[in-house]
Parts: sequence; C-alpha cells; structure tokens
Amino acid sequence: MDVIELLRVAWSSIRVHKMRSFLTILGIMIGVACVITMMTVTAGAQHDIDRQMREMGSNLMMVYAGSWRSRGGVRGAAGANAVLTEDDSDAIKREIPEIVAAAPTVRGYAQVVVGNRNWNSSVYGIDEDFLVVRNWGVNEGRLFEPSELSRGSRVALIGSTTATELFGEGQVLGQTIRVQNVQFTVVGLLASKGMAPGSTSFDQDSVVLIPLKTARTRLLGRQGVAGNSVEGIYISVENEEDMLYVEEEIKKLLHTRHRIDPEREAFSVNNMSEWIESRLEQQNTFNSLLSVIAAVSLIVGGIGIMNIMLVSVTERTREIGLRMAVGARNTDIMQQFLVEAIALCTAGGILGILLAIIVSAGSSYLAGWPIYFQWWVLMMAVVFSGVIGIFFGFYPARSAANKDPIEALRTE
Amino acid sequence: MNDIISCENLSKTYVLGDEEVHALDDVSITLARGDYAAVMGPSGSGKSTFMNIVGCLDTPDTGNLWIEGEEVSQMSRNELAGVRNKKIGFVFQQFNLLGRTSALDNVALPLLYAGVKRHERRERAYAALERVGLKDRVGHHPTQLSGGQQQRVAIARALVNEPAILLADEPTGALDTHTGEEIMDIFDDLNQSGLTIVLVTHEYLIAAHAHQMIRFLDGKITGVEQLKAEAA
Repeated sequence: MDVIELLRVAWSSIRVHKMRSFLTILGIMIGVACVITMMTVTAGAQHDIDRQMREMGSNLMMVYAGSWRSRGGVRGAAGANAVLTEDDSDAIKREIPEIVAAAPTVRGYAQVVVGNRNWNSSVYGIDEDFLVVRNWGVNEGRLFEPSELSRGSRVALIGSTTATELFGEGQVLGQTIRVQNVQFTVVGLLASKGMAPGSTSFDQDSVVLIPLKTARTRLLGRQGVAGNSVEGIYISVENEEDMLYVEEEIKKLLHTRHRIDPEREAFSVNNMSEWIESRLEQQNTFNSLLSVIAAVSLIVGGIGIMNIMLVSVTERTREIGLRMAVGARNTDIMQQFLVEAIALCTAGGILGILLAIIVSAGSSYLAGWPIYFQWWVLMMAVVFSGVIGIFFGFYPARSAANKDPIEALRTE
Repeated sequence: MNDIISCENLSKTYVLGDEEVHALDDVSITLARGDYAAVMGPSGSGKSTFMNIVGCLDTPDTGNLWIEGEEVSQMSRNELAGVRNKKIGFVFQQFNLLGRTSALDNVALPLLYAGVKRHERRERAYAALERVGLKDRVGHHPTQLSGGQQQRVAIARALVNEPAILLADEPTGALDTHTGEEIMDIFDDLNQSGLTIVLVTHEYLIAAHAHQMIRFLDGKITGVEQLKAEAA
C-alpha cells in the first residue's frame, strides 16, 4: 500500500489524541535520551583522553626505578634497589630502534622567586630530548642551546602559569628568577598544556625547566642526588602498536644492565593506562545508572505503546471493519497499525534526542565532562525506536488484522 | 453467463450456548445482471447472514456461491477481500464514513486497497461524488454533512471501484422519509444504468422501489415476488 497514505492515516490518528500520544512516548523518549547521553558522555571522555594523551606527548612512556604501585616518594623508590642513570637512557635509545627519543629527567619542587613575588613550581632537569618526547615547545624565546646543556648553564624555560604568577602580564624573556637562591635567566616561555590527564589540580604549566646538568650540580646535588643518576626516563615510541613490545624490551635491557633477576620488578614502565582507567571509572558509575534507567524506560515505554495501540485498535474497530469491507486485506490493516506504532516510537526517539542534548549539555556543565555527539548514535536511536515500535506494535496490529469484519462493523 | 449471483444450497449454522441456530438453511437463488432485489424478513430470519455471505464478508458452512461466475465460497480471507474490493459496493444503515476525513478521501478509500495511484484515486473519487450530486462538498468532513449527504458519500464510495453488485443494508433506516426517498431515487437511477442492487429493508415503501422481493424466514427463502416488469 501507499506509504504516504499509511503515514497520513497514522499521523491523523496520533494528532487526534495529542496528549495521550505524548504520554505514551514519554518512556521511549526517556530511554532513548539515556542511551544517547551515555554514548555522548563516554565518547566525550574518550576524546578528552585522546587529546590529553596527544598533549602529554605522542606514544609516551615513563620508566622509573622500583615498582610503580609502591612508588610513593620519588627518591624513596630510586634508592630502593636500583638507580636509573643517564647511561641507561642512552642505552635504551641505542639498543631499541623503535624508540624515537629518550629523555632522562630529574624533578623537584621548589619556590621560585622574582623580586617580592614567589610561586611554587615543579622544577625539571632535562636534556634536549625532553621537549621532543613531551611534544612540547616554546611560544616565545628559544630552547636550550646544546652548549648550555653540556655546560650546565643557569638558564630556564618557564610554563605559562608560573610566568603569569611571577611576572603578571609583563616581559618574561631575559628576566632573572631565583630558585633556591640560584639565579636563572629565562630564555623561553613554554606553550600552555593545561591540567595533567586524570587530574584537576596538577597544573602542567606550573613548571620551570632547566638543563639536567644544572639541576644536578646546582639544585638537587644539595639534596643528595649524586653521580649521573636520574629519577625517570621519558620515552617516545615511533608506532603505537609497538608500545607493549618496547615496554618489555626496556625492562629486559635494564635488568640485564643492572644484573638484576628479571623476576624482580626492579623497574616500572608506565604508559598511562592507569589514569585512563581511573578516568573512565567515574563515567562507568554514571553509565551503569543510565543503562538501568534506559532499559527500564524502554521496556516500560514499549509496553505503554502496546497498551495504547490496543486501546486505539479497540476504539477503531468499526473503522477496521469498514476498511475490510471495502477491500483491505489483513496485511493492509496490520501495516496501518504497525506504521502507527512505529511513527509513535520514532517520534519518541526524536524527542529523546532533543532531551539527550539538553541532559548531556547539563551534565557537561555540572560535572565538567566533555561531550561528543556522534551522528551514527543519533541515527541508531531513531532506527532503534522504530524497532521497538515494530516489536511492541506487532501484537496490537495483529489483533486488529484478525478481526472479523462482520463483528467489527456491528461494534458501536 | 448473465447470472451475477448464484447461490446453491447455502447453509450456515451458529452455536449459541447449547442451541444450534440455522441462520441459513439450504438457500438457493440466482440473480441476473441488472436485477433490483429487496430482501425482507423479520430479524433472525437469516437475511443478514445471506447478505454477509453474498457480500463475501462471511463464508457458508456448506453450499456454493458464484459471483459473476467465479466460485467464492471456498476462498481465503485475502481472496475474499479482493472480491469485495473489485465486485461489491456496500452501503450501510449507519453510513460508516471515517471521521475527520474529507468526503473525497472517504470515497477514495476502496481505490487505496485496489492499488490505484493517488492522482487517479482523487479523480475517480471526484467523479463518483459528482454522480451522487455532491461535487461541491468534496472537502467536507462527515460531521459537516447532513444524514442524506453522508449516505450519498457512502454510495459514492460503494460506486467508486465500479462494482458488479451494490449491497445495501437498510440504507434509509437512519434517515427521514423524504431523505430516504431521495436516496432510493439514486438507487433507481443506478439500477436504470444497469447496476445490480440487492437491498435489505423492512419497509414496504422502500422495498417497492425494487423489481423483486425475496422473503426470508427461519433461514429459508419463503418466496420471491416479481414487483414490476423489469426495465429490459
């Protein structure tokens, strides 16, 4: 039969009972809204993670001495069993061809002073690979010269937060800052990176970078960091697929170099999977709540559709009889009521999408979660609502189609 | 091959509680093309069952029925729907028009199930409404029409797919005498132009428009009277 005609009949029947139709599709609407909100928030989180991963550095790994899980204080771990050195870093870079760059790093936390202003910052001692690994660069000024790195010059690159706190809007380049009473000349202002992944308090821009050698001789040496030991090695891997393999290779290499039994986990390699898990965990709670609401709403909504379709069939028994008398076959009647159920559910699905947009935007605003709408999810929602219409509309439609035309025409 | 309705030993039995009701008991009758028959009888006489079976809304338990030479008594529900759609036009006492639907769309309804294209449906529905004198009411809804006008819309709907037979069940039962007469004039004209009409009524004045009268009692035909000479 004529599809346009079927839709027209369905629409006129829905239009006659506006309020009833709306209440009927409320369940479908809420169910669909829950599913879409869930997908949207999850996709938003995934996007956020991807973005932060990219900003952290491409295919980044961090190697530390000691076990990652037990690593409380940094130096505590380094002193536990084995100590990483710059030679380890060089060896990793030399022996494992899948690695693009390896940056030995020391890190501390210090008060940085300019005139009468001061600010607590992370202080990293770095070499030329660090900014490569972290996919980082300067907005103003320049990077360290090789000679500055090898001599241990008192030069610094500072993060945007530290710069703002110390200099306000004023000139940064060429200024002098004091870190633990050692004076440094600022040669570059780092590009802004924002909060660290998985954290809302660890500001990656509250940072001062100085040459590794300078850090060791002028600052950390006083805290007992000796020789050419480093706290951690940042590593960038060429291809993402090689990450797991490279992780194993690094451990193997380090255990051999330090002559430590490979069974003992003397070194840990962290590729950030942990914070991704914790990041997704918050959403999982939210998602399982929404899943339950969605499932209940869709089932109850579907039953509501079935109920109202049965009412509609009963109300229009005489019309069904008449249509049969003038030549409608069972399938024609069946189609008519199925289309009506599908139209109702699809309308519910579309309203559900609108509701989802509001709810997602709201939860994004309140919980600070990023959202990401995917077209295929919206399309699927509409198709899925239609399927619910078919499923729950089938029984009423069949009961309409099976009516006896004589009985139906006799109905008052 | 001039027989348009041919019934042979039609029987239909209903079970009501413990009782068997012989709604139709061995009924045989033949109507020719262009006949104009009035079916009369008290309620429960079997005339409604007869009309339902002839109208292909119901099937007999035993016996045979031919419509235009085609055996229909053993047909499936869907095949019967096709026969109703193409060969039979119904007119009911209560008009049975779809509410909130224009006269034109009401009339076009049988064509929808005949698979006729939308444009042609509208043209033919318009022509049918013109034939019953309602061409200026095509856009009106049933509630905006008088009883007589509604029944004329129903007649247009019965005619729109050019049926072989027009079956009318108390077509004037819900109308006043004057309006009823107007409706009967339309039937007379339709019969004049060759359409076979069978109508159920319990009013003699209405039955008098027909050319023959078939009397039912207790599921049997008790008599067929010629009322007046047939036109041809």
